[in-house]
Amino acid sequence: MTKARFYGAGFPYKEISDLPGKLIVLEGTDGVGRSTQINLLRKWLEKNGFAVSDTGLRRSPLTQPGLDEAKRGHTLTPITLSLFYATDFADRLENQIIPALNAGFFVLSDRYFYSIIARDIVRGADPDWARNVYQFALIPDIVFLLKADIETLVSRIVHGRGFDYWESGMDIKMKDNLYDSFVEYQTRMIKQFDAMVDEYNFIVIDATRPVKDIFNDLRQQIKKLIIKTDYR
Amino acid sequence: MNKMYKRNPCKGKLIVVEGIDGSGKSTQIDLLYKWLQSKGKSVYFSEWNSSPLVKSTTRLGKDQRMFTPTTFSLIQATDFADRWENHFLPLLKAGVIILADRYAFTGLARDVARGVDAFWVRNLYSFAFQPDLTLYFQIPLDTAIERITTSRAKIKYYEAGMDLGLSENKLESFRIFQQRILDEYERMIDEFEFKVIDATKSVHQQQKEIRELVRNILKDWQGLAIPNTTHMKNGKGNKTGL
Repeated sequence: MTKARFYGAGFPYKEISDLPGKLIVLEGTDGVGRSTQINLLRKWLEKNGFAVSDTGLRRSPLTQPGLDEAKRGHTLTPITLSLFYATDFADRLENQIIPALNAGFFVLSDRYFYSIIARDIVRGADPDWARNVYQFALIPDIVFLLKADIETLVSRIVHGRGFDYWESGMDIKMKDNLYDSFVEYQTRMIKQFDAMVDEYNFIVIDATRPVKDIFNDLRQQIKKLIIKTDYR
Repeated sequence: MNKMYKRNPCKGKLIVVEGIDGSGKSTQIDLLYKWLQSKGKSVYFSEWNSSPLVKSTTRLGKDQRMFTPTTFSLIQATDFADRWENHFLPLLKAGVIILADRYAFTGLARDVARGVDAFWVRNLYSFAFQPDLTLYFQIPLDTAIERITTSRAKIKYYEAGMDLGLSENKLESFRIFQQRILDEYERMIDEFEFKVIDATKSVHQQQKEIRELVRNILKDWQGLAIPNTTHMKNGKGNKTGL
């Protein structure tokens, strides 16, 4: 049983019992290979008899239609963007993640609020303000930070889905084209993640290596977590 | 004053009205708006929960009853942030008088009444400024409820705090929930320097007192001029015309 622990007050109006599941978070910039690893982890855990639920930013049924529409319009200003994402995050945490953990699932979270506050701070938000917004957040059992240098990220994006307006931080108009803006934006994001490593106990994983090497590292760490838990 | 909130450093003035439902604040701010406009001031009026960007999400959450106290709080803060970043802040910088029918304090009062942490929600709204004038319409609960039940057709689900399971009876739930909100407002009087208006007085008497307070904050003040090439409509229907 994992005692539910929060970064702050949590949800004071709600009784949350011990959560038998595990919350595993994969963090890192765009193009770092999070979703590939999540798919591998899911298969591996299921093969070993653990039920898995996955989640990721912007998947809340409450906010998804409105947030997608707002992003398409490119009219979202920084604080509004930040709080819209916080709403999405809170809805998934209360209505998906916590119930799944309560039912004993392994929840694989593609990003957590760390990404959101990194983006907020890069967009000029006050770092304390941004952190305090997430005082209701549950402390995960394990957080991996997948790290790669800019060259690796650029190469993956170019050969993958291509440059995206928001992933390049074009809304804050640091540069006049997608490539320069992507480099500048993601460099600042990496800096923010680095600053959070100790504060949030990230396990840093070198994500410039082949997929199976990264997967092996993640698996080793998760195995340790499983061994510590009594599953009788 | 709460130290998380900065005083308004802009040229414009920020005047807000707060109070529980049925305290008569909307009537008063409407009269204030017309008066300021007739005096040739650049005035902008904004209502709680009116951002077009957030509207569909609020609608969905309310219709499907999907909100928890935390998500309800966050979506209202998102709505406020959109209005803050795109209207309040630029217009305050430009030197406009902003009249807000409800402000961050509504979020603080309602959300704490719903059970979220008081510090957490204060942080949420702390990008907003301490207004130049906050008019708090103080009224006994029974008087407010009587006004609402005689004038309005139906109290809505979230308005009545039905999501909190306080009572099966909507009117009873509304009463308990409004009492909690009232308690929160009373706690904020000193914290946020509310000017208390006795909302049991006549509409005219209240308006006289309000105009006196507003005159004080506008003394020797030059706001944004109204260009003499355009004529604003004579005080009606042009509330969001800026």
